[in-house]
Amino acid sequence: MKYASQAVAKPYFAFAMLLFVGQILFGLILGTQYIIGDFLFPEIPFNVARMVHTNLLIVWLLFAFMGATYYLIPEETQTELWSPKLGYALFWIFAIAGVLTILGYLLVPYARLAELTGNDYFPTMGREFLEQPTITKVGIALVVVGFIFNILMTVLKGRKTVVNMVLITGLIGLAVFWLFAFYNPVSLVMDKYFWWWVVHLWVEGVWELILGAILAFILIKTTGVDREVVEKWLYLIIAMALISGILGTGHHYFFIGAPEYWLWIGSIFSAIEPLPFFMMMLFAFSMLRQRRREHPNKAAVTWAVGCTIMAFLGAGVWGFLHTLAPVNYYTHGTQLTAAHGHLAFFGAYAMIAMAIISYAWPKLHGRECSSPQAQRVEIWSCWVMSISMLAITLLLTWAGWIQIDLQRLPGDAGALGYMQTQDAIMHVYWMRLIAGIGFTVGLGMYLYSFVVARSTREQAPALAVAQ
Amino acid sequence: MSERFTKGMARNIYYGGGMFFMLLFIGLTVDTVTAIPERENRDQLTAEVAHGKHLWEKNNCVGCHSLMGEGAYFAPELGNVFDRRGMGNEAAFKAYFGAWMKAMPTGVEGRRQMPQFNLSEEELNAMAEFLIWSSRIDTNDWPPNKEG
Repeated sequence: MKYASQAVAKPYFAFAMLLFVGQILFGLILGTQYIIGDFLFPEIPFNVARMVHTNLLIVWLLFAFMGATYYLIPEETQTELWSPKLGYALFWIFAIAGVLTILGYLLVPYARLAELTGNDYFPTMGREFLEQPTITKVGIALVVVGFIFNILMTVLKGRKTVVNMVLITGLIGLAVFWLFAFYNPVSLVMDKYFWWWVVHLWVEGVWELILGAILAFILIKTTGVDREVVEKWLYLIIAMALISGILGTGHHYFFIGAPEYWLWIGSIFSAIEPLPFFMMMLFAFSMLRQRRREHPNKAAVTWAVGCTIMAFLGAGVWGFLHTLAPVNYYTHGTQLTAAHGHLAFFGAYAMIAMAIISYAWPKLHGRECSSPQAQRVEIWSCWVMSISMLAITLLLTWAGWIQIDLQRLPGDAGALGYMQTQDAIMHVYWMRLIAGIGFTVGLGMYLYSFVVARSTREQAPALAVAQ
Repeated sequence: MSERFTKGMARNIYYGGGMFFMLLFIGLTVDTVTAIPERENRDQLTAEVAHGKHLWEKNNCVGCHSLMGEGAYFAPELGNVFDRRGMGNEAAFKAYFGAWMKAMPTGVEGRRQMPQFNLSEEELNAMAEFLIWSSRIDTNDWPPNKEG
């Protein structure tokens, strides 16, 4: 750690990991409910468990992005953070608000939570991923604005690099598009149309800028390749992300009441969406080939390279699989969508979070990297989680195919009903649950690697203070 | 990458491309927003339909069901439930819908359970109106069949 204020990142990373564990536990509940329909009913109905699962994901990724930003901004700007105090204060506000919201989901019926938080006066609840009470949404907006202010003030007084400019552009975009979470018109079509301005323009838009900036930072640090080269790649990748991704939003506008021209625009532009992910993979491998140093943190490099591969598969290949309108006509809203969602989020965002944590955590604790023993466990955990997630994806793809084959392709007379189709998928859901348990084991190994790192601390190279 | 392709060129593609496509997207959005009222029959979007949407959200229906293919995949698609269960007859659908909602949860062991939401007659009617209105939105002919 070169700057004392980088330590602000610590609680963000630690809390992100805690929420990640929660997300996976609720994932196991959901996987079980797909098989044993009344599992935990009525205490934790499926909709509640799903809300906890998806909201925890979004929130832990936000914590990880914030932690990553607090860690890399002082190093990039070559100056201390404008206000570490604000960073810590916002951490506690966000953490407490997040925990209260999750407890609200679990402890009272959702309709009661809506009444308690005054949803009738300013209704924003009850839309997928945006289930948070309006007051929580306001809280998130304030925390993000405070966070961006802190980062902007730091960047203004320090060195401006492409990495920190791209990162901050991504963060400002995140804040701006969040505002659409407050727009909830009575027209369902208008609601759905602008709902995607949060959801799509986040994950297939501005989050890719954040991902690109973090990836570039890690590659600069671990390969020692000249900044000029890295920055050129970064610009090209995010250029392609925006050029394909903005109009790519159209692939969500096929069947929700928007005009027909979206069938063409959405298909064409989202067909280009795999390109930035493919370039990210080329970028990572090309930087590794041109590396000027052997960085001792093999685990961080494994996560970073793995991230680009899995993101390409999940966001790129599995996205393309069902993005063309004539295909999507049959696949829309099937388990195939869930397959894509799982691999894309894990590959692109969960893995970049673990990559920056892997790189930064030892440094935040006075070491260049973790001991070789700890790294070995961590790299194994990366493989176990990645293979398990690939298995989940393949199984959900299979489940989706059965759904399409039985329920979607036949005409009115021959099509099987929804629940009968689900019964026909049951064996696949069992295998998916087993793959989910595999993922949980991987996550356990990942957490265990921190224990090993701690106990073998002395075998890890100390941080070179003067650089 | 080739030396003749400079960082400055890459930056210009990023800013220029990003800006151009965002503006184009906003332009298309203006056109879409103008087209939506006719496609969704806004003249039939009554206060009851609006109330039904509010109830749909307040009870987190989308946490299990999908509506026009969006939402969770744990329970059936409801964008076309009016056609599937009501056969296009409003009175028949409302009777079916009210009875269905009151019978939940079924309590059949091992099967997926829908909670009891304790909706009043007036609320049940609003929910049904919302689902009827939703089924008439022009969705470019989706879903492919009545099973959704």
